[in-house]
Amino acid sequence: MDWQAFWLTIRLAVLVAAVLAVLGLPIAYWIAFSRWHWKFLAEAVVALPIVLPPTVLGFYVLVALGSRSPLGRFWQALTGHTLAFTFSGLVIGSILYSLPFAVQPFAASFALVDPRLMAASATLGASKLQTFRRVILPLSIPGLVTGVALSFAHTMGEFGVVLMVGGNIPGVTRTVSIDIYDQVQALNYAAANQTALVLLAISFAALSLVYGVNRKVWAVLPWK
Amino acid sequence: MKTDASHDGLTVQLHKHFSGAGRDFVLELSFEVTAGITIIFGPSGAGKTTLLDCIAGLATPDSGKITTGNRVLFDHARGTNVPVQHRKIGYVFQDLALFPHLTVGKNIEYGLSGINKSERQEKSNAILESFRIAHLRDRKPAEISGGERQRVALARALVTDPCVLLLDEPLAALDAATKSKIIDDLRAWNAAHAIPILYITHNREEVFALGDRVLVLENGRIIADGTPHGVMAAPRRESLAQLIGFENIFHATVTAVHEDRGTMTCRLANTSAELETPLVRADVGTTLLVGIRAGDILLATVKPEGLSARNILPGRLLSLEQRDVIVAARVNCGVEMEVHLTLAARDSLQLQPGHQVWLIVKTHSCHLMAAS
Repeated sequence: MDWQAFWLTIRLAVLVAAVLAVLGLPIAYWIAFSRWHWKFLAEAVVALPIVLPPTVLGFYVLVALGSRSPLGRFWQALTGHTLAFTFSGLVIGSILYSLPFAVQPFAASFALVDPRLMAASATLGASKLQTFRRVILPLSIPGLVTGVALSFAHTMGEFGVVLMVGGNIPGVTRTVSIDIYDQVQALNYAAANQTALVLLAISFAALSLVYGVNRKVWAVLPWK
Repeated sequence: MKTDASHDGLTVQLHKHFSGAGRDFVLELSFEVTAGITIIFGPSGAGKTTLLDCIAGLATPDSGKITTGNRVLFDHARGTNVPVQHRKIGYVFQDLALFPHLTVGKNIEYGLSGINKSERQEKSNAILESFRIAHLRDRKPAEISGGERQRVALARALVTDPCVLLLDEPLAALDAATKSKIIDDLRAWNAAHAIPILYITHNREEVFALGDRVLVLENGRIIADGTPHGVMAAPRRESLAQLIGFENIFHATVTAVHEDRGTMTCRLANTSAELETPLVRADVGTTLLVGIRAGDILLATVKPEGLSARNILPGRLLSLEQRDVIVAARVNCGVEMEVHLTLAARDSLQLQPGHQVWLIVKTHSCHLMAAS
């Protein structure tokens, strides 16, 4: 088992889940409550990574990060090196790739909050932000846990985007799913099996958490 | 923070148009209320909740002006629209909207987050005491009874010292005894604070039990305004009469006017039956509507004599139907009338369909309305 690849993957997944937990909240809030006529277009864009082949997403991210794009040039001017084939580049690609897995559960749980509770909060003097923090967030805990767990698990197992954006640099961009691919290519089935089992266990644990949290919360929420 | 506005009235003048869901609806009204309970009475769909939403700032009128004391909350002409959270208007929703994840104590302190902790606790303790819910402080809304939840919702709205209190059928689901205790506590609170309270209901009993004044809303407009007795005892429009439960409504033609006695004689349409009714401003030959409550009619099995009641109509009993603890009798006396009896009256009179009976109606039990 390639522990270097394993810890790199964990680091990537934790970082991506953490960033999405913050970045996903305002996006999900907007999706849940905006009355903009063309909102469905934005929803479709957020959901794109679910159906888009990872190689396609990875290709565009690679182009966007490369030294010919404004973003790539800006980053190069700032840091002296390009984003492509770096861990930072991998983080950016993974955030985009896992965005719907965080935003959709968040938005779904926000939309479930009784609008009368938000109205009550406003009549009691709370601003929109206070209402979000004191009413919407606490009542959306199952959705938040689901979103974070899914984006973590989804990032753990990604392959196509990593290969396109990061390549296969040990200690920098070589994740476990790439490691499995390498082992299989080398006909090293025992090592591939070991790593695959670990990924399987982590994915199963994450999904168990998602379903467990949702069930427990449904069972103890008498107002639902 | 006490506001000077707390002793001032609420002035509402608004217009709001809705279209959609197959109907066009216009809310168009203007009124002013002072401290005390004002009932907003009307059928569902009359626009009662929308009116409260406009006052609270949860809905925006198309035009008009809403002020409380010297504060302008909404003024279309000047583009003023104070956001909900700055209006200082207490609102108790029909479904209460208690925060399910917070304890009773935290629910009540929710609107006090701007003040320091000791003052906050002092205020919340005081209101918990005056609404008799101090013992529930650490419970969640799901763990207390319906009546207790109503008290919590009232206390949560009032603890912030609002300038106006809006109540959207807050007691609809409660039994009469629980209801009247809560009302007493609300009255006691308002004796000290004296703010305008708008109380929505479609329950007739609540109108009499609660209000100093009642505004009757129908189809987005105020169709009557006055004391509960004045408005409910002598309605002037047919729709309102049906609304507040006249079981018997008939067309009748004025046949004689007795100015000196303060009465009139009216003949029920398509019959020879005549009724003596109170005098209203109507000429002989005018067609009016007569409304008589089923509970205001007496039924006799022999023709009564020596009665003060002026209207004794012979008729035949058509049917008897028991509804809970009353018996609804249908009697044909030219027109079909519904009469309400007690179970004991039915049994002691040994009533059966087909019997000859007499209906006795006092002059002032006949309510006259313009036929629309």
